Amino acid sequence: MLTDTAIETKLSSMTNQPSIKMRGEKVDVFYGEKQALFGVDLNVPEQQVMALIGPSGCGKSTFLRCLNRMNDTIDICKVLGNITLDGEDIYDPKIDVVELRARVGMVFQKPNPFPKSIYENIAYGPRIHGLTKSKAELDEVVESSLRKAAIWEEVKDRLQEPGTGLSGGQQQRLCIARAIAVSPEVILMDEPCSALDPIATAKVEELIDELRVNFTIVIVTHSMQQAARVSQRTAMFHLGNLVEEGPTDKMFTNPDNKLTQDYITGRFG
Amino acid sequence: MSAAATQPAVQTSKRGTAVNWQSSEMLALRKKRYAADRRLQAYGMLAIFFALGFLVVLIGTLTFTGYRAFTQSMVTIDIDFSSAEINRENPMESNWRTIFRKAVIDDVGELSRSEERDYFSMFTSSAPFLIRDQIIADPSILDGRASFTVPMSDPIDQLAKGLVDTDLPENQRRVNDKQIELFNKLEAKGAISQPFNWGLFFNSDSRFPELAGLAGAISGSFWLLLVCFLISFPVGIAAAIYLEEFAPKNRFTDLIEININNLAAVPSVVFGLLGLAVFLGWFGLPRSAPLVGGMVLALMTLPTLIIVTRASLKSVPSSIKEAALGVGASKHETILHHILPLSMPTIMTGTIIGLAQALGETAPLLLIGMNAFITSPPSGVLEASTALPTQIYIWADSPERGFVARTSAAILVLLGFLVLMNSIAIFLRQRFERRW
Repeated sequence: MLTDTAIETKLSSMTNQPSIKMRGEKVDVFYGEKQALFGVDLNVPEQQVMALIGPSGCGKSTFLRCLNRMNDTIDICKVLGNITLDGEDIYDPKIDVVELRARVGMVFQKPNPFPKSIYENIAYGPRIHGLTKSKAELDEVVESSLRKAAIWEEVKDRLQEPGTGLSGGQQQRLCIARAIAVSPEVILMDEPCSALDPIATAKVEELIDELRVNFTIVIVTHSMQQAARVSQRTAMFHLGNLVEEGPTDKMFTNPDNKLTQDYITGRFG
Repeated sequence: MSAAATQPAVQTSKRGTAVNWQSSEMLALRKKRYAADRRLQAYGMLAIFFALGFLVVLIGTLTFTGYRAFTQSMVTIDIDFSSAEINRENPMESNWRTIFRKAVIDDVGELSRSEERDYFSMFTSSAPFLIRDQIIADPSILDGRASFTVPMSDPIDQLAKGLVDTDLPENQRRVNDKQIELFNKLEAKGAISQPFNWGLFFNSDSRFPELAGLAGAISGSFWLLLVCFLISFPVGIAAAIYLEEFAPKNRFTDLIEININNLAAVPSVVFGLLGLAVFLGWFGLPRSAPLVGGMVLALMTLPTLIIVTRASLKSVPSSIKEAALGVGASKHETILHHILPLSMPTIMTGTIIGLAQALGETAPLLLIGMNAFITSPPSGVLEASTALPTQIYIWADSPERGFVARTSAAILVLLGFLVLMNSIAIFLRQRFERRW
């Protein structure tokens, strides 16, 4: 399986396929005594959407949170192995976590706008990173981020109203806009639609597809259909192991692994 | 019930045997369960009535003994300055005692020497100085006649309020027959009045109940709380932020946490001893000063404040913290821009409740000498002063009858401040509380 992926990676680079943005090698994660990930090797291709699927507790969210070191906030969490962003080890003690998280943005399961105005939600990131020089420039970043997140038309007249007053779907798109505003290279999404109704979900999925042009996206999802709809590559996790990884078309039509087949067809999970 | 009765009242359990919900045992069992519900409710209501009853008794007795202190018997005296012997060059130097005595004698006519002594003791002993002070404030009064309202002395105040039993033999009461006669004379002239006792709030402590007030104690308490707030608020928040957000979870921080919780339960008198030994003994800070009192109260308030602040920091959902970290905010930005502002209402509520507790604290203040007899309000944190609870302690210890009512009145004033502070805390909590 490992060799498969390696060959595939080689092949893709030869056939002018997208290059590797992030690379995970032999990633082990421990929560105290309990091991949550077992030697996961997974590469994230640039400017594509990669879906991580698998039953609850399989480690897909844990892996996602390793990619921007969000696990640092959990005291007992320990990450071993190697994860790189553009060839740079992100767990190197010399790495700047603030910069890493600016380059690898994140959208969470539950929409979590700051309890501040819509404008402030978007402007916060650019402001702390000093990305803009003037108020006009900041306004521009806010507008373009909201436009990219396909929510500008809905909120342009009430930028000063609290972000928490929006509907669930709007809040999630606001959170996506907030992530975009810092101009990250990678956006991690942890089940971004699990708290949304089907219409809002459709909007967010449409948005993910558009964002692929500018960003590398890794999305954790419980919905097989969603993975099939939005992703180009899919990785299947089970009990902390990476079961299989490949192009989404192949994964959903002709998976190599029986476990993947069973999961996708709904026989377990 | 009635709906269930019309349905077939038999259901089949998993084991296949039918459960008859309407059988007499079942009905009796349910009845018992409902009765237990009602009993629990009744116990709760009983407890509430019990607590409320005590509160009513407490406030009731305080009000009953204290309400008289909110008025003070005053007497109005006319002085004709054109005939008085005044040192016009320097009114300060005039013999105000003589001027005052002459003026009050005019009100009742000729008296023997011993009667005169009885008569003069009916007015507060500092009446001449009260008049002098008014004239110094406004010398134009010296042209012609003017009337002054001065407090009557404590025994006469008691008499005016109907607290002296005039049927007792003369040697068993503090007001003799001649004084009663003179009092009636003055009252017939309309010179006696019972206005609201502003002196209770604007005078400082005095040996004479009719002049004693809470101004010194109130301003002393103000300085105390200011010092206490300025120390405990920043230190408490900083300590809580460190423990909650930065400190590693190990044995040492566990030990710190246990000790903070223990400190919150240490009797306040121990903090007083600590203040006495450290602040007065080693640091040589002035005795009876609000600075020292405030520092001691701050030590007492700190553990509570740290515990409240930690709890409120913890109650900010981790999703907000992750959101901030997710856009690349550093630790201090996450804390100062998001977590702390969101927990501020709770912290403020906790602080006010902590300060309210400090306001009522007596024992540590006694140990550092804040129960001294001080007749002027402190103008800063280094001047000797009393505080509301210690003033109550002093007055409760004083033998004069007038202090009985004044003690209760002072307790009511202290309770008033506590109610005010707690109302502000409740208001803040309801106004800014955020539900997630």
